[in-house]
Amino acid sequence: MDTSLAIQEPFDLIRLSLSERVFVKLRGDRELTGVLHAYDGHMNLILSDVEETIMIIDQHEGTTGEQHTIAKRKMDMLFVRGDGVILVSPPSR
Amino acid sequence: MLIFSVFKTLTDQQVTVELKNDLSITGTLKSVDQFLNIRLDNIKVLDEARHPHMMAVKNCFIRGSVVRYVQLPPSGVDTQLLEDATRREHVSQAKR
Repeated sequence: MDTSLAIQEPFDLIRLSLSERVFVKLRGDRELTGVLHAYDGHMNLILSDVEETIMIIDQHEGTTGEQHTIAKRKMDMLFVRGDGVILVSPPSR
Repeated sequence: MLIFSVFKTLTDQQVTVELKNDLSITGTLKSVDQFLNIRLDNIKVLDEARHPHMMAVKNCFIRGSVVRYVQLPPSGVDTQLLEDATRREHVSQAKR
């Protein structure tokens, strides 16, 4: 398929990712991967089989180093409000 | 409009709403509006120790803008139907 023909506006990229596993970056150092089932113009999303990754950065007093803690959790079916979305990336193929 | 319809079909089902302040509330979805404001009945706060002021609250109205996630019951969502409806909505918007 000629993607330059199929993609005319940014949302087309997301439309072509429907029913595929996507990567979503959110505000607050959160990232999701999940299968995209629905979206709208606000970038509200509905994903299934979701894994959320939260980056927690602890800054200890007296030490210069930062410590990154990564918390992961899984959810079956998730609605994500669009105002927290930074980017949606299609599966790398 | 599409997502509003999805929530309407989920009324009277059990959902978990996670707010932007990290408070998670499970309850029965009683109603929803176009702003995705949500009314929950029979609520239960997930981490009660951290939010003791919520213990007395039995039902609530949540402003849509403070919601981060809503965990939905997978059985209540027809994914194939959703994808088709999303594509259709996209086409109708492109015509405008």
